[in-house]
Amino acid sequence: MLSCKDVTRLLSESMDHSLPIGKRVGVRFHLLICKFCARYERQLLLIRETVRRLAAMEDAYGSHIGERLSAEAKERIRKSLATP
Amino acid sequence: MPETDIVMTGGNEIKKGVANSANLDPSAWVDRYGDYLFRYAMIRLRNRSAAEDLVQETFLAALKNHGSFSGNSSESTWLVGILKHKIADHFRRQVREVPLEDGDLREHPDPSSFDGSGHWTSGPTDWGGNPADLYRERKFLDQLTECLSGLSPNHANAFTLREIEGADTAEICKVLNVTETNLWVILHRARMQLRRCLETRWFHRKTEKEP
Repeated sequence: MLSCKDVTRLLSESMDHSLPIGKRVGVRFHLLICKFCARYERQLLLIRETVRRLAAMEDAYGSHIGERLSAEAKERIRKSLATP
Repeated sequence: MPETDIVMTGGNEIKKGVANSANLDPSAWVDRYGDYLFRYAMIRLRNRSAAEDLVQETFLAALKNHGSFSGNSSESTWLVGILKHKIADHFRRQVREVPLEDGDLREHPDPSSFDGSGHWTSGPTDWGGNPADLYRERKFLDQLTECLSGLSPNHANAFTLREIEGADTAEICKVLNVTETNLWVILHRARMQLRRCLETRWFHRKTEKEP
């Protein structure tokens, strides 16, 4: 019988590679009867999805951080490019 | 410049002026791509001066190797490819400077989450609302970045490579110089700590505001 502690570890692992069938079944069965672990899984997947969407938006528009290179940094980089 | 190992997540990079190496224009690079590359580095490194340095290194490497620009992709895609290598190098340096210790590989950062028989002592709380829309919350990224900064650098870097870059575990093992089993432990710990941090600092804060 898997404990919650085991299941949290296996849930994370299952996001990185596919678990052997026995463990997969054990985890799925545990999730049916354990509200906390089911919630834990939903939250890990939500974090993954959110991080990916944020990064994709950031790469596309830079809308979230809205950060820019400082004027000093730009000047420094321009100089370094001009004097190879 | 070899093809990058680290795969792109979005494929939604800004497409600007497709050019060949004959009409590359380095003098315009800083204005045209500087902020874009900086933000790209910033979300992955969480450190302003390191991100600035890598943007500079990227432009210098591009200048030196402009012959490698094939003209098949846009200038920005080519520059991002170089930046990806620089970021992976940066992570490699960090793991040499701050080697992984036994503590980094211990299974649970927070043993108090579970009792002696492995049951939750206090389980994850209900995050309520519609958390799927979280990525639209401007301040959530700041909080996430802060929570990531609270992890040890190698844990944060492993998480970044896996979840932001979408790299597979074999690639990440090469960058961080760890075995796959160790990487699973590192990612497990990173996710668990990050989840807890977000719960405390984002979701809990929000529920406190609504009595």
